[in-house]
Amino acid sequence: MRYIEPHAHMVSRTTDDYVSIVTAGCQAVCEPAFWAGFDRSSSRGFYDYFRQLTQYEPQRAAKFGLAHYTWLCINPKESEDLVLADEVLSIIPEFIDSPNVLGIGEIGLNKNSRNELKVLEKHVNLAAERDQLILVHTPHLEDKLKGTRLIVDLIKSDSRIDPGKVIIDHVEEHTAAIALDAGFWAGITLYPESKCTPPRAIDIVENFGHEQIWMNSACDWGVSIPLAVPKTALEMRRRGHTEEFIDQLLYRNPARFMGQCPKFKLPLE
Amino acid sequence: MNREEITDLYFMDARSKLIDLAAFLDRLDRYEGADDYRMAAFRKTAAELMSQQPGRAARVLTAFSDPTEEPIVAAGEKGASGAWSGDKD
Repeated sequence: MRYIEPHAHMVSRTTDDYVSIVTAGCQAVCEPAFWAGFDRSSSRGFYDYFRQLTQYEPQRAAKFGLAHYTWLCINPKESEDLVLADEVLSIIPEFIDSPNVLGIGEIGLNKNSRNELKVLEKHVNLAAERDQLILVHTPHLEDKLKGTRLIVDLIKSDSRIDPGKVIIDHVEEHTAAIALDAGFWAGITLYPESKCTPPRAIDIVENFGHEQIWMNSACDWGVSIPLAVPKTALEMRRRGHTEEFIDQLLYRNPARFMGQCPKFKLPLE
Repeated sequence: MNREEITDLYFMDARSKLIDLAAFLDRLDRYEGADDYRMAAFRKTAAELMSQQPGRAARVLTAFSDPTEEPIVAAGEKGASGAWSGDKD
């Protein structure tokens, strides 16, 4: 099989993980900027992180024949500090034209605070000014429903943003329709504990349709499974889905969304 | 697939999870203390399992969710606990 891993934090993963996902059929990996598990002490930490995402990590992936793409932002967990957020936003333009940058992400909300919303709005403005794709992180657990509604309302209110160029990630059964009904793409994250298991992810596809959905492992430094996407393909076969359908959901769908950025190229096409 | 095939595929997994839930509640009973807001939400939400209406997963997730609409004043801790504590901010 072939698939795209549209959301993985490879800077937190080992070389063995690269070997595993390429062996399983991964054709491209896409890495949104995120929280390191601790707060960076200054915007210089983000500067080095953006260098890692645009210069070092693509070379590391290339050693295994894997295309590597990325998204840039200050993540919502570090968005409470508006001064820091403004500093980080000011350095993004220096990196945004790098050949592997697909857009702005993963922006969004974490605890649904006023400052998080302000920083989200600034990111959306940056994306609109530069005609960038947007990848949105929705909050965790009890904060997800409220946060998803706030995010969707904010982005919908900006007439410059085409919803078809925005993916609302980490949807679950109670938030999938909020994203899809507004015309956005929806991402389903496959986690062993929080977010979605493969059987639930397939339920969401069966209930809400597959046209504007992708699935990802969002593997990082926490409890997560780099092979979650191909393992979901196995579950889909057990559920009677065809290879054609699996290919559409796990390869052609993410390729279609990210292909809206002219920089996105696949090795097989 | 039909209902029997889905049952064949997922019954043992669901059975295991149901026993785990029962064992978790037994485990809680063996230890001193009272339920906090998480277990209050858990016990209330567990009733959804007996519902005859489709959409149980979405209703369970919604029942654990913050039902308010306004942004909070400021983010304190970064983490989430899995159930809404009822705090405004």
